[in-house]
Amino acid sequence: MKELFILVVVTVFTLLTYWLVEPFAHSQMHKHYESEGFAYKDLPALTKKGDAARGKDLVMGAGACTGCHGIKAAGMPAPMDPVTAAQSYGVNPPDLSNAGAVFDPKFLAALIKNPAHALMVEHKFDPAKGQMHPMTQFYGAGGDLDQEVADMVAYLQSIAPKPEELTPNQAFETACGRCHAIHYEYNKEGELHPAWTQIGEKPAFKHKQDELMFEKNVLDYQDALKKYMGTLPPDLSMYIRSRGEHYIKTFVENPQNYLKGTAMPRVGVNAVAAEKVIEHLEDVGDSKRFKREEVGRNVMIFMFIFAIFAILWKKEVWRDLH
Amino acid sequence: MAHFTKATSLHDWLNQRLAIDTLRRVLATEYWIPKNINFLWAMGMVLAITFGLLLISGIFLLMYYQPNVNLAFDSVNYTIMQEVGYGWLWRHVHGVAASVVFLVIYIHMFTGIYYGSYKNGREIIWLSGMLLFVAFSAEAFSGYMLPWGQMSYWAGMVITNLFSGGSLHADGLVEWIRGDYVPAQAFLNRFFMLHVLLIPLVILGLIGLHFGALRIPHVNNQDGEEIDFDAEAKKYLSGDKAGSKVIRFANDFMSKDMMVVGIYLIFFFYLVFYHYDFAMDPVNFDPANGLKTPTHIYPEWYFLWSYEILRPFSTNVGLIAFAFAQVIFFMLPFLDRSPNAVPASRRGLFKYWFWAMLIDMIILTAMGKVPPEGLFSTIGLYAALTFIGLWIALPFITKFEKKV
Repeated sequence: MKELFILVVVTVFTLLTYWLVEPFAHSQMHKHYESEGFAYKDLPALTKKGDAARGKDLVMGAGACTGCHGIKAAGMPAPMDPVTAAQSYGVNPPDLSNAGAVFDPKFLAALIKNPAHALMVEHKFDPAKGQMHPMTQFYGAGGDLDQEVADMVAYLQSIAPKPEELTPNQAFETACGRCHAIHYEYNKEGELHPAWTQIGEKPAFKHKQDELMFEKNVLDYQDALKKYMGTLPPDLSMYIRSRGEHYIKTFVENPQNYLKGTAMPRVGVNAVAAEKVIEHLEDVGDSKRFKREEVGRNVMIFMFIFAIFAILWKKEVWRDLH
Repeated sequence: MAHFTKATSLHDWLNQRLAIDTLRRVLATEYWIPKNINFLWAMGMVLAITFGLLLISGIFLLMYYQPNVNLAFDSVNYTIMQEVGYGWLWRHVHGVAASVVFLVIYIHMFTGIYYGSYKNGREIIWLSGMLLFVAFSAEAFSGYMLPWGQMSYWAGMVITNLFSGGSLHADGLVEWIRGDYVPAQAFLNRFFMLHVLLIPLVILGLIGLHFGALRIPHVNNQDGEEIDFDAEAKKYLSGDKAGSKVIRFANDFMSKDMMVVGIYLIFFFYLVFYHYDFAMDPVNFDPANGLKTPTHIYPEWYFLWSYEILRPFSTNVGLIAFAFAQVIFFMLPFLDRSPNAVPASRRGLFKYWFWAMLIDMIILTAMGKVPPEGLFSTIGLYAALTFIGLWIALPFITKFEKKV
């Protein structure tokens, strides 16, 4: 009984110390933000039902989206290579094939109408000071602006993969991959995925010259990006461990909460895409998590059996000693 | 030369050459342990097992780790964690054990303080134990540098800066230690060598000394009873096991050791597999960046109390207070002037001193991590002053203690 009491005392002091240096200290050092569930409550709801066919005409025509964006899903290649695009706009405009699956419809609509506002970078792009956002605002094609925007959103959704078909890799590339690199390769379902650079996956090169040329392009792209963002956005290889799921989710919902005045835009992903981005970061930075659980279960069973035998052995030996 | 006869068995052959029977008797079967000791006395075995886990996992990590400022971070976080088969397991075992070993050391230390196990002939046990604590601290710190993460780098910067000695401005000494103006390649190589070779050798030697120091004064017991080990051992050997106050180390006490170890390993592997991040600071998963200071710099949890003794004061006073905290535990057997080596509960004011010291160190630990602002720095200052005050008071409150 006395030993049990001692164990309780030791455990209480240990847990108290743990609580103080972990949850308590971290609550004092870092402000906690609750996830808003990717609701984007500050953005107006879509009031009109979009028509994808009309949207297609607008995206390809009056909206002039394809002047800057590629839409591979609709057979439209990007008008410029990533490096030239970044040198022109600061960052490579994304291919819109998956945009309808990755981004929230309210966010997409707001983005088309006023990019700096939707992206929460109005502090950086103030038209009054001549600081125009590289994405031109859509003023309408002569009809009802809200209807036209809803049509464009409907079109983007119609060509995008269904939520369950969107892969973690696609979600990451569309939402994060033009600014953030991931220099760790990873395996998913037996397939090796190469490192990701801001201009795409780094292929395996046969000739050193080709590899150096690719790396030069990456460096050129990064130079343009650095100029546009003020700093090179960090490599995300280990972000699942250095920041954790909660931070990443709440950060992409509203980067201004954490870093007031940051050039990082609000990403505008929907809840499903956010999960996929997290899954991608886990595939990259914590790729052995399933193996860990599997081995962990077996080791724990072994340790319990070991402890039971150790207790029985002690009882046996001490029978004569009391 | 000794006389050798034709061996009758492998055992006999070895016995003639290595005296294995004598060795077994001295180390195990006639190594007498008091019967009335509780599970806290098994912490030595728990530490030995944990050190073994650190050594084995460390050897596996050493096979793939690259001590190079450009490769170190990825060699740990990519090569070992993701490419090498079970590399993640060795890394988590190593990382968790590095932290848990300090928890157990602190429990071991406070057990010794509570039961007066540093007194009356057991001073060398205490001193060698404290030397082990220092060696483990150096081992932990040098190991923390190796992944070359953001907190590694800045902890290296802050700790080596301490050697400038405040107003002494011994900047040359700091550069000499680093081999550069800032932590860089030379620094990493040196800490790598210290972590994998020199300090482990010192630790192994000190473990030998610590065990050896137990041989003559014997292990203390939870009642502080003076036991005549020879008489009690005779009683045991004559068959009165229940009546004897001592037991064999093997298998008698070892069976209790292993019971505690068994239960401890459940806790340990739970952490390894399901809560490995409890001990690893997330900031250290950002690669080292000498141009970007982290918002908060703090050491690992086990150094926080001594860090907090440094922090609330001005530079010079802080350094003196810090130096005081580093050496004062060594002085414990000499500052405690009471004739009693009994549990704190049966002593005079020392009873309160013990719990005040324990709680004060927990407060220092907590304040060492939170930002040094407002109420926290006030609490930190008073806790640091209390720590120093308690040590100054110790000789006085123990001098007047009556013999029990």
